[in-house]
Amino acid sequence: MGYSGFRVIKEGLFGQTGWKPVWRDPEPKAEYDAIIIGGGGHGLSTAFYLAKEHGMTNIAVLEKGYIGGGNVGRNTTIVRANYFLPGNSEFYSHSLKMWEGMEQELNYNVMHSQRGLINLFHSDGQRDAFARRGNAMINQGDDAILLDRDGVREHLPYLDFDNIRFPIYGGLYHPRGGTARHDAVAWGYARGADQRGVDIIQNCEVTGIDIEGGVVKGVQTTRGAIKAKKVGIVVAGRSGQVAAMAGMRLPIESHVLQAFVTEGLKPVIDHVVSFGMGHFYISQSDKGGLVFGGDIDFYSSYAARGNLPMKEHVMDAAMTLMPMIGKAKVLRSWGGIMDMTPDGSPIIDKTPTEGLFIDCGWCYGGFKAVPGSGFSFAHLMATGNHHDAAAKFRLDRFRSGVGLMDEEGTGSQHNLH
Amino acid sequence: MRLHAPENTVTFTFDGRKIKGVPGEPVSAALLANDIKLVARSFKYHRPRGVMSAGSEEQNALVTIGHGAQAEPNVRATTLEVSEGLEVSSQNAWPSLRYDMMAVNDLASPFLAAGFYYKTFMWPRSFWEKLYEPVIRRAAGLGALSGETNPDTYEKAFAFCDVLVIGAGPAGLMAALTAGRAGADVIIADEDTAMGGRLLREQEQVDGKPGADWVAAALAELDALPNVRRMTRTTVTGAYDQGTYGALERIAGPRVPGKPLECFWRIVAKRAILCAGALERPIAFPNNDRPGIMMASAVRAYVNRWGVAPGTRVAIFGNNDDAHRTARDLVAAGIKVAALIDSRDDADVEGDFPIYTGAKVIATKGRHALQSITIRHNGGTRVIRTDCLAMSGGWNPTVHLTCHMNGRPTWREDIASFVPTPESIPGMVTAGACNGTFSTAACLAEGAKAAVEVAGGLGLKPEVTVPAADDASYAITPLWAVPGKGRKWIDFQNDVHVKDIKLAAQENFRSVEHMKRYTTQGMAPDQGKSSNVVALAVLADATGRGIPETGTTTFRPPYVPVSIAAMGAGSQGKGFAPERFTTSHRASIARDAPMIEAGLWYRPSYFPQKGETHWQQSCDREVGYVRNAVGVCDVSTLGKIDIQGPDAAALLDFVYTNTFSTLKVGRVRYGLMLREDGHVMDDGTTARLGEQHFVMTTTTAAAGLVMRHLEFVLQVLRPDLDAKVISVTEQWAQFAVAGPQARALLNTVLDQELDDESWPFMACGEVGVAGVPGRLFRISFSGEHAYEVAVPSRYGESLFRMLTAQAEVMGGGPYGMEALNVLRIEKGFITHAEIHGRTTAFDIGMARMISTKKDCIGKASAARPGLLGESRQQLVGLRGKGRDHALTAGAHLFETQAAETRVNSQGYTTSVCFSPTLETHLALGFLENGRARHGEVIKLRDHLRDITEEVEVCDPVFFDPTGGRARG
Amino acid sequence: MRIICPNCGERDRREFYYQGDALALDRPAEDAGLEAWDDYLHNRDNPAGDTRDLWFHEAGCGAWLVVERNTMTHAVHKATLAEKVKA
Repeated sequence: MGYSGFRVIKEGLFGQTGWKPVWRDPEPKAEYDAIIIGGGGHGLSTAFYLAKEHGMTNIAVLEKGYIGGGNVGRNTTIVRANYFLPGNSEFYSHSLKMWEGMEQELNYNVMHSQRGLINLFHSDGQRDAFARRGNAMINQGDDAILLDRDGVREHLPYLDFDNIRFPIYGGLYHPRGGTARHDAVAWGYARGADQRGVDIIQNCEVTGIDIEGGVVKGVQTTRGAIKAKKVGIVVAGRSGQVAAMAGMRLPIESHVLQAFVTEGLKPVIDHVVSFGMGHFYISQSDKGGLVFGGDIDFYSSYAARGNLPMKEHVMDAAMTLMPMIGKAKVLRSWGGIMDMTPDGSPIIDKTPTEGLFIDCGWCYGGFKAVPGSGFSFAHLMATGNHHDAAAKFRLDRFRSGVGLMDEEGTGSQHNLH
Repeated sequence: MRLHAPENTVTFTFDGRKIKGVPGEPVSAALLANDIKLVARSFKYHRPRGVMSAGSEEQNALVTIGHGAQAEPNVRATTLEVSEGLEVSSQNAWPSLRYDMMAVNDLASPFLAAGFYYKTFMWPRSFWEKLYEPVIRRAAGLGALSGETNPDTYEKAFAFCDVLVIGAGPAGLMAALTAGRAGADVIIADEDTAMGGRLLREQEQVDGKPGADWVAAALAELDALPNVRRMTRTTVTGAYDQGTYGALERIAGPRVPGKPLECFWRIVAKRAILCAGALERPIAFPNNDRPGIMMASAVRAYVNRWGVAPGTRVAIFGNNDDAHRTARDLVAAGIKVAALIDSRDDADVEGDFPIYTGAKVIATKGRHALQSITIRHNGGTRVIRTDCLAMSGGWNPTVHLTCHMNGRPTWREDIASFVPTPESIPGMVTAGACNGTFSTAACLAEGAKAAVEVAGGLGLKPEVTVPAADDASYAITPLWAVPGKGRKWIDFQNDVHVKDIKLAAQENFRSVEHMKRYTTQGMAPDQGKSSNVVALAVLADATGRGIPETGTTTFRPPYVPVSIAAMGAGSQGKGFAPERFTTSHRASIARDAPMIEAGLWYRPSYFPQKGETHWQQSCDREVGYVRNAVGVCDVSTLGKIDIQGPDAAALLDFVYTNTFSTLKVGRVRYGLMLREDGHVMDDGTTARLGEQHFVMTTTTAAAGLVMRHLEFVLQVLRPDLDAKVISVTEQWAQFAVAGPQARALLNTVLDQELDDESWPFMACGEVGVAGVPGRLFRISFSGEHAYEVAVPSRYGESLFRMLTAQAEVMGGGPYGMEALNVLRIEKGFITHAEIHGRTTAFDIGMARMISTKKDCIGKASAARPGLLGESRQQLVGLRGKGRDHALTAGAHLFETQAAETRVNSQGYTTSVCFSPTLETHLALGFLENGRARHGEVIKLRDHLRDITEEVEVCDPVFFDPTGGRARG
Repeated sequence: MRIICPNCGERDRREFYYQGDALALDRPAEDAGLEAWDDYLHNRDNPAGDTRDLWFHEAGCGAWLVVERNTMTHAVHKATLAEKVKA
């Protein structure tokens, strides 16, 4: 059932009675060709691309709660391709291109808004580092513009240019960066996958992974055993627990990242803006709320809630950077569970168990990766080969040191990325 | 209408109209007293709305106060105190509140059902950013920020106590009295302007006297107890780990410049008693959102507490006994009760007014103010003329704080509400209405009992005397939504009605979280305080499940919206981070040096002289000082760590890649420090002042990091080592004196003359500096004959002035960061531009500095295959083609004929300068297999600044490669 | 979050620096091999429940602590001086 303005008007006239479930709630079958553990953005997009690109329709997505209930439904919605290290560069570039066609691909309005992203810098050293990044983005074929102080002022006149503790030297402007409506991404992929025959099974927690002779055979769940030839683990912050069911110990530490939204306000911030002297990034949702965040709380946690020190730090950064924001009121703060890796970059790889695959380690940048990750992971699961765009996201890079992608340059301490 | 003539009044304005209010009352009371029913427009459909509640849960009456930079949007008129000259404006309406053009949305509402925007606006693709989104954004939002810098003051504070009592109604006051009398250190906080809770709003007797009188006596007793602190206008906004609570205080009194408007408290309590009361919930019936339709409890509050009649003919519609007291209070106040409509067939009500049991409101009339309602009763319908409808769908205990640490509330069928699940917050107990206990007598008893429990846990033994009070029962038969046609509003703020929730269920957004996100139910400024339970009851019905099975969405802090300025108080402008000043700061400022941030420090960029119009001229001159005469530079910002103990040398051997135990006393050695993952952490020199005494220098940026690292090694990895470390960065002022005349200059200030024999390159020791005990290190970051001289900080400024004055006599002078940077690039010395966290000792050409004779931090990891080898980008020098060919940092490096794409990028530049010494531009950078490519010409490409230059790859040491000048 | 420092008593989380799993106490030998170093530096049990990790009382006494706490509830059970744990 296609969505369109015409349909919206027609249903408006006939009392909205024609709208069908966006996805079905089928009972799990005894066996599938492939099972995706995790009904988040990455899991749902993996299922969608397995069906769409590889014709695998006898597959199920198993979600322990409700789909889209994890990080895809609790992030600050930023979509960008401004990485500079090989591996990340080509992947996020690919992912951003997929965003640019997502509404048409899914026939679902995810409100992808390319409003432009500006990373501010506050010293000569930071400018040089951003210049390297911007040049890498252009090498990759993406867009970047180096703004000086006046250039920033033209875009963001409300910043404190006169009295700020760390003066604004300029910014790296990424016009194709922006935001999207996060929940809609999960629902859009769920709908697309469901339409192609994928079973999306909610309230179905995986409790064990069945392995015989080094080959995956299926999973145990709270709704019974389900057989499968291939199993993909896509569970973000819970990767450690699920991988442990297959005897794996991952290079991941789970941390809480908080995010914040204010009451609705008339348009005041038109870009995505990020501060360079303390983690702080902000945009305004189409509903009018200012959506913003900062760094993780820094201690490992599965509580999906944070504490005051980081909340205050984020507000502190907001006040020094854009003191016009002071009278906006925070309405809600929440936390997600971030799968932090030792170099801040993700993992899309096979595991030592045949037929078992893993997609994890997105730290706190997984939202923008949703299409690219699902596409690449589906490619790996279906063909057994890494997709070119995600070929460097190997699990063994930490052991060997080959191809580390430490964008922050902070080393192997998980919480510093 | 006011019930009594007020004694004092103040005048404020609402949309420019002058309104008289009574001090202490909220703006909402004054508006109702002046018969202003229409106060706001709703979010989505711009429907006319009036005051609905009398507290912070208000859904409709959001206003903007002030104008210009002081304008504050989205303030609840129900908690905003009236004050003289207060400027109140309606919001989200154009051109005016009464004639709002955007109300056209309401006409189009059949097409704007829940989630309609996910199904359209997709074609053509480019129209989203250009057309659809801007239109949607302009229509959305409520109030507006001014866009101007916040001109007001806010504050943050900490408080500590034994017992935090949250809420000061009967339960809270009784808890505070009981705990306070027993000697506990108590804080009692309440968001209202006055304590007393329902005892100020209802007609109740406590201890044989009116509730308000008992409250006054209780407050007097609390105020007399030195161990009790009362905080009014203070909302406890969040519960966090280990008894930490966030609280927002709105400071009382007139607005005075410099006085904070709000204070955000961090309260740490050993125990907490939640007495947060309960919130009345609406009933969903057709067009239940007209101005004049209010919560029944709010009607009573306006009548009883503020002497304001919200209407002249008030109808009451409820499903529980508690609504009946509304009729009683109205009658007592002399206000006409148009009808009491109880949805229960068996309701037991008496009164001298029309009573309809088993009846429901099925329609309402009145665009800008309620005119009449239609009820269904005994199978027929009846129209009742009324200008105010008081509704009560029952009470929702305020469980919010108990859920802030992932607790889930428990459904109680008998009161048709969720109540707190015990022990949801460690150290917190709940009492009173927030616990589902609704009579005053029971609230008082529970408050006392909670205090006994909590005080007992603290080793105190309170005595309990609970006063007698009303003990009315509470019976309810749930009524969530009245059947029938028309939109029945649930979330008034986000304009969510019953059909939206049913549509969500129809489209399989059956999880309560999906329903919320799809319909936006509960996502408005009130976060569904009043409406969420109604919504999930409707969802439960639509999906054929029970309410407990349907569950709630997650309660998240803050309980009420908190301004960013309050939580970020003190950080505006310079307050965001500490400012660190060197001892020479004033002297540098006096020389007009532009100061730049270096971490938390400020350092001089350059020292301009008359006639110089560009920093480059100053920089070139300062470089000349050092290369040709002598320059002086404050290097005190570098980290200095004093290391002492029998195993001090062993510690250094373990943290540095090279060996320090072999260093002689009185000598300095350059050291390279790795992270355990094999990448470079920091570098610097360490001096051996005694057999068991070293002084380590770190880079400015890594001073704290290295200090932490040394403590980590000593305490975590090697507690067997007997050594201690302490930062002495601030204790010593240290100056580089560099250039051919360095020794001559120093000899003018040192107590003993220097000579080459006793002070060779890399020597160190104690010296007298103009009679002050100091330290001298013969080290060089410029490649010249140079020293660093250190004195206790209190002498720093004097020494800097002496050195710079003397240097000027000798044809030199002070130099700043720009010159320092040029000097070090000419010599190929690295900074964190090069050791940026991804480089290895191998990359920077120092692999041989990793001693093979001992273990050290990072050694094993540095030997990983990926951290070595030709494919890695290695540090190189890049020489430009002369004065007119500037190079840039952050440019990428390519073979001259290669296309400038990612796959062809072979490296990048990290540091650049114009070298006045070599009269060309130089760069340091990293290049694939760079060490093997010296002499090769490659292409530097900076897309961002559109620069393409051919550069020659060379050794990073551009100047004096043998180092003769430093030794000479 | 609050931690009871053995030297200073109960202090707010903002006085402490968090590093990670307390397995950092057990540093492998230089020649332990890639596998052992990979486990030490990168791989984690990452428990959803009780954990032991290292915190530094940076804005306090400067002690490194082994803190036993719960990653689901944020309950803090115990903090011990790291140098005592090792000894």
